[in-house]
Amino acid sequence: MTIREIARILDARWLCCEEEADNPVRYAFASDMMSDVLAHVGEDTMMLTGLINSQSVRTAEMLDVPCLIFVRGKEPHKDAVQRAELIGLPTLMTNLSMFEACGKLYAAGLEPSPLGALNGGDDDDDD
Amino acid sequence: MTMIKESFHVKQGDMTTAGDASARIKRQCKQLGIPASVVRRVSVGTYEAEINLVIHANGGRIDFAVEPEKITIRVVDDGPGIPDLEKAMTEGWSTASNEVRNLGFGAGMGLPNMKRNADAFDIKSEVGVGTDITMVFNI
Repeated sequence: MTIREIARILDARWLCCEEEADNPVRYAFASDMMSDVLAHVGEDTMMLTGLINSQSVRTAEMLDVPCLIFVRGKEPHKDAVQRAELIGLPTLMTNLSMFEACGKLYAAGLEPSPLGALNGGDDDDDD
Repeated sequence: MTMIKESFHVKQGDMTTAGDASARIKRQCKQLGIPASVVRRVSVGTYEAEINLVIHANGGRIDFAVEPEKITIRVVDDGPGIPDLEKAMTEGWSTASNEVRNLGFGAGMGLPNMKRNADAFDIKSEVGVGTDITMVFNI
């Protein structure tokens, strides 16, 4: 699925890097806790969050996430969007709740981030 | 032969710049052509440590060294120290304040996540003296 399709499904508004709209995304992970994102996000995994400060972008940056979506119609802090622009991270926001956004993307075929593939992954027996 | 050796100072309590040192370390690793999977583990481990310096310690220092076969990250602070290391290494155990949780951290995943990402992990901590963490990542 491309970021453009994701934007359409979530009726999302681009905050930066729309020129990357045709980049592909395979997995998604959703959380407001960056500690959990850091523990669970593997490769090719986009991120949905309600955390609107710059640490959400910093976390995405460390994990090379292909796309970041802010949910619940929360306008992210200015420094968060500036950081996203600086590092070239496609970033969008949607008025949908986390639950609804995830439900729509799952129904459209986006796969969950495999929790077993934890970074450094010695917990392969997780489900 | 050491290819790169650099130290970064991290300020206490400043969440707007937390992550700067990790981002610079990540960029240098990429520029050296280190495999993406290794860069990712180094980035996550270093970022977790940097966040800890900002929220738990009085800031601190991150030493970054690249050798042909490994990357070493050492994180040193003179903060309050960790009274019970065994508990602190348990997933889900955290002493973080609500303020820190509101910033998206303090789920009790930091130290376990550092250990999981590194190929070798060592932590020494003394109450009232500080904490000294070394992570080694094989290239």
